[in-house]
Parts: sequence; structure tokens; C-alpha cells
Amino acid sequence: MESVLEVNHLTCGYQTQPVFSDVNLTLYPGQLSGLVGPSGCGKSTLIKAMLGLIHPWQGEVRFRGKRLRAGAPPPGVGYVPQVETIDWNFPVTAEEVVMMGRYRERNFLPWSSRRDRLVARELLERVGIAHVAHQPIGELSGGQQQRVFLARALVGQPDIVLLDEPTSGSDLHVQHELLHLLAELSQQGLCVLLSTHDLNSVATHLPWVVCFNQGIVGQGQPTEVFTPETLRQTFGSEMLVLRQHGRILISSDATTLLHELQSNLPPALQQRNS
Amino acid sequence: MDLLLKPFQYEFFTRAILVGVMSGLLCGVMGVYITTRRMSYIAHGLSHAILGGAVLTYVLGLNFYVGSGIWGFGAALLIQYLTGRRIYSDAAIGIVTTACFALGVAVISTYRKFSQNFEAALFGNVLGVSPTDLWVVTGVTIVLLAVVFVFYRPLLFWCFDREVAQVQGVPVVAMDTLFALMLATLLVVTLQVLGVTLIISAVVIPASIARLLSNHFGYMMMISGGLGSVISFAGIYMSYYFDVASGASVVLLSTLVFGAVLVWTNYRRRANRFTASVHSKYS
Repeated sequence: MESVLEVNHLTCGYQTQPVFSDVNLTLYPGQLSGLVGPSGCGKSTLIKAMLGLIHPWQGEVRFRGKRLRAGAPPPGVGYVPQVETIDWNFPVTAEEVVMMGRYRERNFLPWSSRRDRLVARELLERVGIAHVAHQPIGELSGGQQQRVFLARALVGQPDIVLLDEPTSGSDLHVQHELLHLLAELSQQGLCVLLSTHDLNSVATHLPWVVCFNQGIVGQGQPTEVFTPETLRQTFGSEMLVLRQHGRILISSDATTLLHELQSNLPPALQQRNS
Repeated sequence: MDLLLKPFQYEFFTRAILVGVMSGLLCGVMGVYITTRRMSYIAHGLSHAILGGAVLTYVLGLNFYVGSGIWGFGAALLIQYLTGRRIYSDAAIGIVTTACFALGVAVISTYRKFSQNFEAALFGNVLGVSPTDLWVVTGVTIVLLAVVFVFYRPLLFWCFDREVAQVQGVPVVAMDTLFALMLATLLVVTLQVLGVTLIISAVVIPASIARLLSNHFGYMMMISGGLGSVISFAGIYMSYYFDVASGASVVLLSTLVFGAVLVWTNYRRRANRFTASVHSKYS
């Protein structure tokens, strides 16, 4: 199968300090993957390099076989940034944010065309928030805001979508809803890569994970990759891994692990055990 | 009626009103970009930097608009350059703009004959605009509004989320440069209305009022531009009867309108909240 995005021997850094070195990664159509690592390990920098937003020190990124030129991201790549970087007081509605993603359509008029509005509405319906289309972006819930940005990334019909920490700060229900949506999109052939530092509620639910800390530590299915050794190399501390009925629970201490285990039990069993 | 139209008998007053209205419109429209991108400090600093350019232009015998415009544009680019070099943006603004301002003050203190013009540059002298100034302001208003019209979408995207805008193909570096040029041009042509010390109010206050009244970027631009024009008109007109400086009159009036809108929007919000709570209680 032809890859969507290929990272070959990539090294990037800021000033004189390298952030990560010699990264090799290949992503395919329909692949849903997680880039897993602690805060500050270089996940966001890798995503930015994959988008062509920063100049690599060494190596290359190829999108659909063509080498990416830094500073000129190609069409066909969608990006959902970290929500912390957004000014929520900015005077735009959800629909307007989605229509921003149609910039490459080259409409020089300040107002949006009927086609723009139609496409935006379709996308908002697809991500399940058409009812908030005319609400200011700052008045939406965290989950709705994430969906608006996902819709903006999808509106240009990309081959790949990169999401930087899309689940940070949101509750379990919102996280699971987003993961379901991303799984649906990947089943339709879209390649999705999301970064996360959340192991139990996000990473273990993904079909493919890439453990990352200044370089790739390991990659594969969570059941294979999440071993105490790989996790120690990734997070820099000892981790306990509990496998139960094909599911994995990870924590740095036994008490938390038991608590996680308890909260992951069906409600009836939770009540009996308490 | 004659009493009301009396100020318009004077040609200089009519010119002042026209320049004031166009400047108010431009500052209002551009102010929406400046306030939503949190660039008020850079606009304030650049107006001071332009004073240095204006003084040098005068000494070298160059055209005021061209010389000051190039100077302001250069200062804006220098701030951008320094900000990308481990210097915080507010520090970069402080360094560049105060240095440019100080240069102007140094030249003025050497050439004593500047004193009157210096005061006009600091506080504005809209009643002193010449027919040439009127043509320049008209031309710049048309050009800048046309640029805002054509580049509305990329500028909005650039303003809201620069990084994703770049991913979606917006030439963000070109937008940075375009906006710096627009800002420098705006400040140079409107300097005569309010002067370097007061110009920021024409940029910030109508846009802030518009923010209180709207959640839509496009509507904000219309409200802010319209308010900027109306307030400038009323402020300059009132200054004739109250015999106060036109610049101060415009600023005080816009502050008054801001205060009134703030009170009204707060009252409306509380009233809506009260109505909603009553509805939920009894329905």
C-alpha cells in the first residue's frame, strides 16, 4: 500500500538544542495512530515538522511521495492544534471557523458563498454539532470546540489529519466520543495521527501507538508495545501494566492501578466491590 | 438651522470634518484586527515611532507621507524581526518605538523652530489639514478599505489562528508584512487628527464598543467603522462649540460612548439572565 506520509531520519530542534533525532515513521491510508509520550518530549515539534511548519535539521518528510518544503504545507493535510493556543474570546461562530478551512478554494469575496455554507454545514453535521453552527466559538463546550476544529481540518478533504493533544483537558465521555469519531473517519480511509500523554483513557484504545520521547521508542499495537520496559524508556519512570480480558491498564503505582481497575469495571460490579 | 451649519461656512472646518470621518472609519475597521490580535501596544508604539520619521522627513525636506510611511513600516518590520529573535514582543516594541521617538525629540531639541509643529504632532491638529492632506487621506482610505475587502478571508484566518492558517495555505509571512504596511500607512495619515498621544483611542475604542455589541468579526468591522466615523464627526463638530481641542473632544466622546454601551450591555445581560431564571422556575 502506498504511504500517505513518510518521515525519514528526521532531526529537529530549536536554537542549538535538538528536540528529537533520527525519527523514521510511515503512515498509511485508514490508519488511526497515537503518538504517545510525556509532556515536553517533542510530540508537538514532530507534528509541526510533519506539517512542514518548521525546518528540519536533517532528514525529510514526504507527503504522497513528494518531499515537503518547510514553510509551505501542501494541500491534503489537516491539522487540529492544541486548544490552549486558541483565543476563545475571538468573535467568530463555529460555522465561520469551519469555513476558514476552505481558504484554498480561492473565494476572494469577504462573504461566504452558498457552497461554502453548505459544505461547512455538512461537516458540522458529520461531527454531530450542526445545532451550534451559529454560536460563538467561545460559548461552546470543550468537546464541541474540538469537533469544530476537526471539522475545519476535514473541510479541505485531506488525506491525513494530525491532532495535537485533542483530548487534553476534556472528560472521559468527550474523549471517548472523539475517539469513536476518529475511528469512523479512519474506517472511511482517512489517515489520523493524534498525540497524547494519556495512557489509560486514550492510548490503550487506539489500534496503533508510537511511543515517543526525543525519538521513537517503539511502535505497534498497544498490547505489544505497552510493556514496562518501553513505558519506562518513554516516560522515564517505572510503570505497572495490567492486562485484563484483552484490555490494558497502566499506572506508576499499585493503588492508582487498583482504582483504575475499579473504575473500569461495569457499574454493577463497581457497586458490589465498594 | 443657520447656527448648526455655521461651522461649515469655514472651508478648513469642512476639510477637518471630512478627514476626521475618513480617519474614524479607517481606524475603526483596522482597530478590529488590532484589538482581536492584541496588537494595541504595537499600534500605540508605532504612532510614537512615526514621530521620529516625521521629524527626520521634515529636516531632510522629503514628503511627509512617504518619509514617515517608510519609517513606520521599517519600525514595524524591525519589531517583527526582533520578536523572532528570543526578544519578547512587548520588549521589542519598547526598544524600537522609544528609540525612534527619542530620535525625533533629539532632532526637535536641536532645531528649536519645531515647537509648534511638535505640539500638533503630539496632540493632533485636524483644523490645520490642507486640501492635499484631504486628497491623501481620501486615497489611502479607498486603498486600505479595498485591501481589507480583498484580503478579508486570509486576514481573518491569520488573525484567529496563524499556525493553522499557514497549514491551510495562507501566506502568513506576507500577511505579517501586509498588515505592518497597512498599520504604518493608517497611523501616518491619521496622525494629524489626533496626534501620536491620542491616536490609539481612535483605533481601540470603537473596536472595543463593537466587541461589546457583536460576536461576529464582519459585523464588528461595520459597527466599529461606522462608530469611528460618527464619533469623529460629532467630536470635531462639538469642539467648535465647546472651544476645546478637536482631538481631545473626539477621545472624550468615544470614551463616553464606550462607558454608555458597557453599562447598557451589562444591564441587558443581567436582564436576560433574570428572565431566563424566571422562565425556568415557572415553566
